[in-house]
Amino acid sequence: MSEAKLTRRTAADLADLLVKGDVSAVEVTRAHLDRIAAVDVTTGANEPGVHAFLHVATERALAEAAAVDAARAAGEQLHPLAGVPIAVKDVMTTQGLPTTAGSRILQGWVPPYDATVVRKLREARLIVLGKTNMDEFAMGSSTEHSAYGPTRNPWALDRIPGGSGGGSAAALAAFETPLATGTDTGGSIRQPASVTGTVGVKPTYGGVSRYGLIALSSSLDQAGPCARTVLDAALLHEVMGGYDPLDSTSLNEPVPAVVAAAREGTRDGIAGLRIGVIKELHGDSEGAGGYQAGVRARFDESLKLLTEAGAEVVEVSCPSFTAALAAYYLIMPSEASSNLAKFDAMRYGLRVSPAGVADPSAEQVMAASRAAGFGDEVKRRIILGTYALSSGYYDAYYGSAQKVRTLIQRDFAAAFEKADVLVSPTAPTTAFKLGDKLDDPLAMYLNDVATIPANLAGIPGMSLPSGLADEDGLPAGIQLLAPARADDRLYRVGGALESLLLKRWGGNLLDRAPKLNDGRLEGATR
Amino acid sequence: MSAISRDEVAHLANLARIELRPEELDRLSGQLEVILGSVAQVREVAGDDVPATSHPMPLINVTRPDVPRPGLTAQQALAGAPAAQEQRFRVPRILEED
Repeated sequence: MSEAKLTRRTAADLADLLVKGDVSAVEVTRAHLDRIAAVDVTTGANEPGVHAFLHVATERALAEAAAVDAARAAGEQLHPLAGVPIAVKDVMTTQGLPTTAGSRILQGWVPPYDATVVRKLREARLIVLGKTNMDEFAMGSSTEHSAYGPTRNPWALDRIPGGSGGGSAAALAAFETPLATGTDTGGSIRQPASVTGTVGVKPTYGGVSRYGLIALSSSLDQAGPCARTVLDAALLHEVMGGYDPLDSTSLNEPVPAVVAAAREGTRDGIAGLRIGVIKELHGDSEGAGGYQAGVRARFDESLKLLTEAGAEVVEVSCPSFTAALAAYYLIMPSEASSNLAKFDAMRYGLRVSPAGVADPSAEQVMAASRAAGFGDEVKRRIILGTYALSSGYYDAYYGSAQKVRTLIQRDFAAAFEKADVLVSPTAPTTAFKLGDKLDDPLAMYLNDVATIPANLAGIPGMSLPSGLADEDGLPAGIQLLAPARADDRLYRVGGALESLLLKRWGGNLLDRAPKLNDGRLEGATR
Repeated sequence: MSAISRDEVAHLANLARIELRPEELDRLSGQLEVILGSVAQVREVAGDDVPATSHPMPLINVTRPDVPRPGLTAQQALAGAPAAQEQRFRVPRILEED
């Protein structure tokens, strides 16, 4: 089977082919590594690569694939996904593979241990292709804050792939991997999925272990699956999820049956289900401005499809959502300023001595190292968090933000009385141009306006493609939200909507993306 | 009145152990003022009767039996150290000179 055919396959298809023995894990792995070599690397000024990967583990991946093939040939019982390739966001520690979280301060660091998520991937014998690019310490919505240069959107190489998990989303959209991992603190899985035409899920807080994730904001961070289809996301969700004694906030309960739910949704539809449209996150309502016309049009079209399929669409109001962004940009920097204090140049990471200081103190080395190792956005957020937590401001800022969090939880609770699943556009716009919002932090923050409430409340959310915006031909996403622990509802509705949209489109959305060839985009950028 | 002064940003950067150049201080002060001006609305949203939520899920303290188990070896723990000596992290001086 040709490389092109293998890289276009879903993870579910590849798993079938592998189990039947129609292809080997080495063939599948090699096909994806070849694809990465062809499209990911920038080969000249006029031939920019996608740059989804910060590190490609070529030899190790091939060796692991060969071991899977040998085990299968010997008749060992393997996990159904054994031999399927996956890309890992660089915020997850990988023993023996460099892990930087997109930061200069961790350049060259090779962790001595695997994150629990990575351990689970290895136990199921998925093949880790490499580590994907991200905004530094997951702070951003465009992947432009990576210390190693931005990732480009495979739909238009002069545009952002979303962030912070732009590398994982772009790798999927460019067919460099069938699966990837992400982490979502304010939308870092869902917003990149939205702007790249892929699927991303933020599970219920605690559903996936945070052990070995380089923390941004501990009460908001949640790891989840990234894929090209709802079923693939579900298959990965079940591998990643579950109780972990190494994470004190891990939910000690079984992973919701998301694979079964995705299949049921696709097969049985969603007749009778109540879908709630969040008034405050819908373009038509007052105060919810900023939604691009094409994003709204595709969202309304998805709603129509769901209605025609027998769902009952109701409007719900969540008035405190208008303050969610403000609360988030106090809570997240506060927790980040504390979490990032560990980068002190003493035990690992970059150590820089201040210029012109003889025999500098640890404190001076610390300040010089953090100055050299952190980028602008990280410095901004650490200082903002330090301010919000400082004496005299704590109650006014951090304390008030925590109260808003209570109100948002109450809004969700009331909304879920009226609806089984809530919906909104995932991001207000399609992918914008690289550089467009880099100098305006507040404009950048607005990308997360619809995704942040789920993190503040700990509930699960999914983004799946809703189609292409008429005005620019770029992908838009629809967000589904469910109550805590009801992740399966996302997959049921997601599976149903995906199959309705596929019928409407007459094929996969990603088949309409421009062809990437040897790192060059055929045809002009937009 | 500006929400945050340049001196205040310099003080916060010092607390956060980040050395900022003068031009960085200028830029950050301006940006932080805009951001703080925007997020300050949280103060007007919730009344005194609303309790604070620090975490999305009800948290209970998690403990395990105090039984020794394998951890990283000294070699593994020191593998990423900027400097090491005698199986320990070697750090710059932590005390002021006499």
